[in-house]
This record gives sequence, structure tokens and C-alpha cells, in this order.
Amino acid sequence: MPPILETRQLHHLYSAGTPFAHAALRGVDFAAQAGEYLAIIGRTGSGKSTLIQHLNGLLKPTSGQVLFDGEDIWESKQRTRAVRFQVGLVFQYPEYQLFEETVYRDIAFGPKNMGLDEGEVDRRVRQAARFVGLDEPVLDKSPFDLSGGQKRRVAIAGVIAMEPQVLILDEPTAGLDPAGSAQILDNIRTYHREKGATVILVSHSMEEVAREAGRLVVISQGCIPFSGPPAQVFARGEQLEALGLGVPAMTRVFARLRAMGLDVPAGVYTVAQARDAVLAVLARKEGSPWP
Amino acid sequence: MALKDITLGQFFPGSSPIHRLDPRAKLIGLVLYIVALFLAGRWVSYLVVFLALALVVALSTVRLRALVRGMKPVLFLLAFTAVLNLFYTPGRPLVSFWIFTITDEGVVRSILMVARILMLISCTFLLTYTTSPLALTDGLESLLSPLKRVRLPVHELSMIMSIALRFVPTLIEETDKIMSAQRARGADFDSGGLVRKAKALIPLLVPLFISAFRRADELATAMECRCYHGGEGRTRLHQLRFGPGDGLFMAAALSLAVGVGVLAHFGW
Repeated sequence: MPPILETRQLHHLYSAGTPFAHAALRGVDFAAQAGEYLAIIGRTGSGKSTLIQHLNGLLKPTSGQVLFDGEDIWESKQRTRAVRFQVGLVFQYPEYQLFEETVYRDIAFGPKNMGLDEGEVDRRVRQAARFVGLDEPVLDKSPFDLSGGQKRRVAIAGVIAMEPQVLILDEPTAGLDPAGSAQILDNIRTYHREKGATVILVSHSMEEVAREAGRLVVISQGCIPFSGPPAQVFARGEQLEALGLGVPAMTRVFARLRAMGLDVPAGVYTVAQARDAVLAVLARKEGSPWP
Repeated sequence: MALKDITLGQFFPGSSPIHRLDPRAKLIGLVLYIVALFLAGRWVSYLVVFLALALVVALSTVRLRALVRGMKPVLFLLAFTAVLNLFYTPGRPLVSFWIFTITDEGVVRSILMVARILMLISCTFLLTYTTSPLALTDGLESLLSPLKRVRLPVHELSMIMSIALRFVPTLIEETDKIMSAQRARGADFDSGGLVRKAKALIPLLVPLFISAFRRADELATAMECRCYHGGEGRTRLHQLRFGPGDGLFMAAALSLAVGVGVLAHFGW
């Protein structure tokens, strides 16, 4: 099956023709399969934000192509606009884009722009609000009276209400407390599962992407040096560190255990996997109290 | 066009002789140049002011493309001026149709007027291209400081100006970001009539204002935390000092203004 979203030899140059010209992307070949949950990881300034803004046609490639469902998204003006509804993009700190008088109307902004009728807009707003865990009474409040975490959920609901096939989120948990982060990641997982949507998560928290994503795409200096399942990517710990990225704490612990001569697997990156690996080692030991 | 490409008041860092001039010298030079521009009468004096501008542009290493790009917003004004002067100047008629008459004097006047506006814009752009906003406000504050005697809050005004200038790129970036975010939700800022376009700005302006107020609040707190209390007794990290080059520059600007005045007086 062809990928739902693909870039071919994507280049992007900012401020071309001025002393500030700066190449943000240099020949990126990126692909996302329908229904997958992938994460883009890279340090600040690696080009990840530039890449995702190409995926829904907000930025025009300096050269190269962006394909949605196998067709160029820049084919016509209508197509670019249509793709924006199919590829929902949640920016960093999305709560700063709220502008309407009520939460309901803010969430309805996207669906209304799609030209849907009143009833469909209403259904989508309520469903999106449910996805992000907002209660009915909140819908009539002013978004500016909400807490930071709630505001962010309203903003995410505003994109989810367009029911995009691909949902891209740029650092959705930045600046939230652990409980708030967990809740938002949970909301995203629900959307992914129930709608069968493709989710692209941009993050620099290795723990977060390790837990959430099925595939990791590493981006550095406008290129993709490697990508793959978390276990594979995190097994290249030294390379990641050379790129200015870390590995999850568990991966680090297990790398040390292996260095100390213990027979544990290399691709451990979550606490659950670590527990299983440790239990397996203990079980192999005679006289262990563990089953 | 991305908002980033707006050049109004943008600074191009460099180390040309013009970049290195004292901002006060550049401001005084600019005023004198504008005086010369408005004194200029006919072809000869226009040629002189043009050559002076060309020399400064060449020295500044600012690229012509950047200067030309700055002209775009005033194209309408230019066309308007040209047409007005072309049709409404009395003189010897060259062409005449319906109620319009083009005179020889009209042609000359519209060319000179357009040239004057172009040079006026170029020289002010040249100042902002070669002078960092901070240097510029420092220069203004220093030049205006005699007005403190008449109780004009010069320091406060220049601080307001520095802060405003400082936040222009920030706000542009913010506008860009909010615009992208609303575009991602299907907002359309480019099509439709005037009313629709104005309405389309609400999703942009509301968040922008909110964030501007938030920033202002944060900045005020940050300044207070660092014990800012106005201009009294404040010293500077970068002291402005006139050098020989600055004297030369201002002398050249003064002689230009006087010279052009004399030329114009004799009808050149």
C-alpha cells in the first residue's frame, strides 16, 4: 500500500536571497503509512517544525514534492486547501491561537471552514470535546477562563473536530505537568485507535515517544539519518547522543547492565519491558524466589 | 509572500563604512539629505543628489535588490503622483485628448517627483538597513536630549521606541505562527472581498493582542525585577562617540544641502 503522506527530495530554504538565507531541509524523503503512530525526534533547529509544516501545505517546498494519497498537494489551490483538512496540524502551544468567545465556537472554527452544515458541525464539536475529555458545561465557557491544560485540550479538539486522516502534533505536552501530559497523550491514543487515523508526534522527550509511537523518525540538520521501530532506533544510542538526542532512561540502564556483563536484551526502552527483562534474568537464576 | 520578507525598518548587519558611522551622524546626514532633496530644482541638482545617494549605497554594500523590494508598498503612491503631475501641470501642451492634456512641464514634473519620492524612500531605508534599531534609538535619544530641559521625557520615549522596535520581529514571527495555525484550521486570509478579508483577520488579531499584552506584562515584571526606574542616573554600555569619519560625513551632507540649494537658486 502506498504511504498516505510522503515527501520526495524535499528541500526548504528560509529567507532565500537575503543574508539570512538558511537551509532548513536538505532532501528529506519521509513517508507515513495509513494508520501508523510515528514520532519525529530531533533537537531544536533540526528542521522538524519545518518538515511538518510542509506536510499540510503551510510551507511550499523550495524544491521537491509532498504527496498525500499519492498526489502532489500543490497541484491546485483547491487541493492544497482540501489537504489542510485531511492533515490536521496542532502547533506548539496551540492554546495561544484560541480567539472565540466560547469553547464551542472555537472548536467549531475548523469544521465551519470546511463548509459543513450546522448539524454535522455540532456532532463533530461534541465528539472532539469528548475525545479530549472536555465536559459539556465547559463548551459554553470562554476559552480564556480555562486552565493551561484545558486550553490546550480545547485547541487540540479544534483540530480533531476536522476529523483529519492524519493528525500531526508539535510537542503537544510541552510545559504541562505530568498528569496533564499523560491525559493529552491518552486523548491522542484514543483518537488514533478509534478513528484509525495516522498520528505523527513531534517531541524531544524520548520517554514519551518510546511509550507512544510505533516508529521513530530521527531528524538532524535537515536530513533523516535513520528511522525504525523504537527498539531499533534506541539500540543506536551512541549515534543518537552524537546527534544531540538522548535515549530513554531504561535504555541507558540496560546498556550499562550489558556493559557490566549481564545477559539482558539491547532493545529495552520502557519500564514494563525492563521489568520483564529483569524477571527473565532472575528466573534463569537458580534458587530465585521469582517464578 | 511570507511576512518575514517585509523589509520595513529591517536591519542588515554589516561592517561597511556606513554601518560603522555614529547613528547620530547618520540621522543628521539623513535630515540634511532630505533638505537637499526638497531644495533640488531641476535636472542638475537632481543629478547631484542622485549621485550622492548612489555613492552612499555603494559604500553601504546594501544590495540593490533589498532597496528595490522596499519600494513595493509605495508603488501606488508613485503611480498616483506621476499621474497627478502629468495631467495637472500647466505648460506647453504635448498631447491632448478629451479633458486630459499632457504638457511638457507635466512630463518633467512627474519624472522629477517620482525620482524625489524614490530617493526619499531609499535614503530612509538605507538608514534602517545599516543601523541597528538599538543604535538608532540611542542616537535619537542623544540628539533629542536637549529637549529634557522643557520636560519632555526623552529617555522614556526612546525606551518605548526601543521596546517597540525590539518587538516588531517578535510580533511578526508570532503573526506568522498564528496565521499558520489558523490556516491549518482552514482559515482563508487571501480571498474574498474587503469585508470578508477584514472578518478573516479576527482569528488572527485576537490571539495576537492577547499575546502582546501578555508579553508587555512579562516584560514590565522583568524590568522591575532588574530595578529599572527610568533614565535618571543610568549609564550606558555602548557610549556614542563621534569619530573623524562622522565629521566628514556630516560635513559632506551639509555641503550637499547648501550646494543643491545654490544650484536650485540659479534655476538648475
